Order: sequence, then C-alpha cells, then structure tokens
Amino acid sequence: MTTKLLKFTLNGEMTEVAVSPSDMLVDVIRDRLNLIGTKKGCGKGECGACTVIMNGEAVNSCLVPAMKAMGAAVETIEGIGGPEKFHPLQESFMDLGAIQCGFCTPGMIMSSKALLDKNVNPTSEEVREAIAGNICRCTGYVKIEEAVFAAAKKMRENQIGRDRNEQF
Amino acid sequence: MLQDYLLPESVADAIEVLKSGNGQARIIAGGTDLLLDIADGKKEAVCLVDITRIPELKKITLEDGVIRVGAAVTHNQAAKSELINEKAFALAQAARSVGSLQIRNSGTVVGNVVNAQPAADTAVALVALGAVAEIASPGGVDLVPVEKMYAGIGKSAVDSTARLVTGVKFPARSKNQGSAFVRLAQRRALALPMLNVAVMVSLEEDRFQWVRIAMAPVGPGPVRATGAEEFLRGAAVDPEVIKKAAREAAVQADPRDSALRGSREYRLAVLPVLVRRALEMAVAQAKR
Repeated sequence: MTTKLLKFTLNGEMTEVAVSPSDMLVDVIRDRLNLIGTKKGCGKGECGACTVIMNGEAVNSCLVPAMKAMGAAVETIEGIGGPEKFHPLQESFMDLGAIQCGFCTPGMIMSSKALLDKNVNPTSEEVREAIAGNICRCTGYVKIEEAVFAAAKKMRENQIGRDRNEQF
Repeated sequence: MLQDYLLPESVADAIEVLKSGNGQARIIAGGTDLLLDIADGKKEAVCLVDITRIPELKKITLEDGVIRVGAAVTHNQAAKSELINEKAFALAQAARSVGSLQIRNSGTVVGNVVNAQPAADTAVALVALGAVAEIASPGGVDLVPVEKMYAGIGKSAVDSTARLVTGVKFPARSKNQGSAFVRLAQRRALALPMLNVAVMVSLEEDRFQWVRIAMAPVGPGPVRATGAEEFLRGAAVDPEVIKKAAREAAVQADPRDSALRGSREYRLAVLPVLVRRALEMAVAQAKR
C-alpha cells in the first residue's frame, strides 16, 4: 500500500501527516494527530458527532477520505477556543445547559459555527437546518437552539464592539 | 483493498487513470454513498480517482438557455444557486432535501444520479427537468437521458471504473414554465423519501402545452407518469383536471411494501396527493 503525505491546514497550522489512501479524516484527526475533541459516533454520516469545518463548510469527517483534505483548511473544536478563551458558542452551550453527556457537543458546535461564520443573525429555521444532521440523545434540541441564538447575539455585540474600536 | 487515492485536475487525466486502471480504478466525487458501499464490500476499488478538484466540473453554468451542473457541484451548491432556484426550482428543492447539511456539503448532484438509488431526490427532479448526462470515456463523450441512467435497482448504467459522468444539462425554464419537487418522509431531515415527485409544466395561456411527471421510489429508477402527461397535453389548467391527472399518474406506480418507506397500499393512496401538489406548485410558478 502506498502511504501518502497529507498536507493541510489544521486549526490554522500547516500540518503534515502520513496517511493511507483508505484513512478517513476523523481517524487521522483523532488517532494520528491526537485531537480527540472530534467524536466518532455512527461512522456513517448519520449522527454528526464527527462534524468538522472544511474550507468553511460543515462536513462529516467520518465520510471524508483523509486525502480529500489535501491543501484544505480544516477546523476542529480544539481550534475554535478552549479554557484560556472559549468561543461564544462554547460559553453559551455551557451556560445554558445545552450539554448533558457532551458526546454530540463538538459536532453540534462546529455545525453551529459554520452557520454563524456566514450568518450571525440566523432565523430559527436556519439554525435548525444547520444542526439537523447532528443528533443529540440527551437534551432535546431546545436548549441547543437557545445556546446558538445566545452565541449569535454575543458575536453580533463583539462585532459591533470591534467596529466601534476601528472607528476610533 | 484500496491502495491509492488520486486527485487529477483535468477530465483527460481522470479518464487516463481509469483506462490504465483496467477496472481497478473508480471515480469518487463526494463519496458519501460510495465509501459506505466500499466499507460494506458492495463495491471495490484499488484506486479512487477523486474528481472534485477538476475546475470545469465545479461550475453551474447557463449557456444558450441550457443549464449545466458539473459533476463536482454539491447538493448544497445547487440548493443555494440563484440560477437553479430561478430556472430549475425542482432541482433546488430536491437538492435541499438530501440527507443533512453535512452530507449536502460533500455529496454531489451527479453522484446522486450515478449511485442509482431508486428515490435519489435530485435524480427525480432531473428526470422531470428533462436532463441529459454527459459521459466521458476514452472513446469520447456520450449523452444519455438521466431517465436511462438506471440499469436496475441500485445499479447505474455507467460503470464508474471505465467512464466519468462530467455533468448533467437541461433547459432553463422559460416564462410560461414551472417546476416543483415534493417529498414525503418520516422526518424533515436525514430521512429517506417514502415517496418523491417532481414535475415540470409548460403552459400556453390557460392550457397545458406539455408536462413531465417523475415519481419515485415506485420502480428501479424515477418513473415517468406518461399516461397522466398525455392526459394533460392540451388540457385546461383547472383544479379538477389536475386532480384527475394525479390519480392517473398513480396508475403507473408500482411501489413495494417496505419497512422503511411504508406499505404499497399507503403509498399508492398518498401518491396522487403529492402529484397534485407538485403540479399546483409548478403551475403557480409558470403563471408568475
């Protein structure tokens, strides 16, 4: 079997890793690059736990051959924020009880981030469409939707703050 | 066993790889179905030839009244395309119905056709739109109606180890025309269709000039309701006429009892409702 050298941008950093042609992106991220925030649930594109953002779009990393990431920009939950500085989505999910067991959370947040990166003032319909491919078996979806709206509000306020700072 | 994964940047290169692969190299686009089939042992490949980096396959274009959707265009790109929404609404609606957003961001419209599932949403829409697939092989380019792309249940007429579907094309609607797609499923997201219907209508004042009706999964591929189409040719655009055509359409449907999709009896009973709704939506668009 030929091994290929996969070069891509992972959470803003140029990354090189040797992969097999049959490797899936989720396995490379978790087992080779040790970023285990991305979860592997069904492995069939049905649960959304493995959602990452590739070139700005949410995708199921269990259905993306690692080689498809060649030259791409990939973001995982680790890249958007952490204990030193959480992303507004991470804060809202924690503050509003949108997390119970937590297994769906990284995927849920990455799907939400892909939406908010493009549209910081989404409708309920748009939020639901964005997370329709992410299954949560604990909370139901009400708190999750509320958390996405709360994060969107924070992001809008941050945006206004930044715009003001730029003016002065 | 998969041993290589290639990312050619031109159709000619992809064809060359298929040719030298002698049946061992297989085309992959989004891969959302293919990878699962390979994992389940239903399909085999020693080398996967990823066509999503070929620039000319990534485009949706309009030229001389003909829309062309390249083989690397994802469901989400088609669903969001202004051109598709305005000129081929049935396809926009169908593309929006597939899987989840993550699947729609990877899976392609053309891949949906080549995967040859009986109720592939976009294939149903494409049949109603009168779409033709462009198939490239070492011998040249063939044009095959999407309707003829099914060789059996789950079996495409295109062997993806020898040929590459580069795109699908179909006429953009003109002012007096409209199209629509409707779907019945157990949930609003990530659910297989129990039934899906796409129609395109062309009106001449208060009469139907012609109509195309595609229904699925009521046969190996999308099934044309030719009887209802014939009945509507030249008929008045009238609620009773539409209702009658919808009942007529169901006569040509042969759904199976399915644990996933519902009983034959149930689906035959609701199919006319879906056909009627699709016709009404398409007529409304044609009159706008």
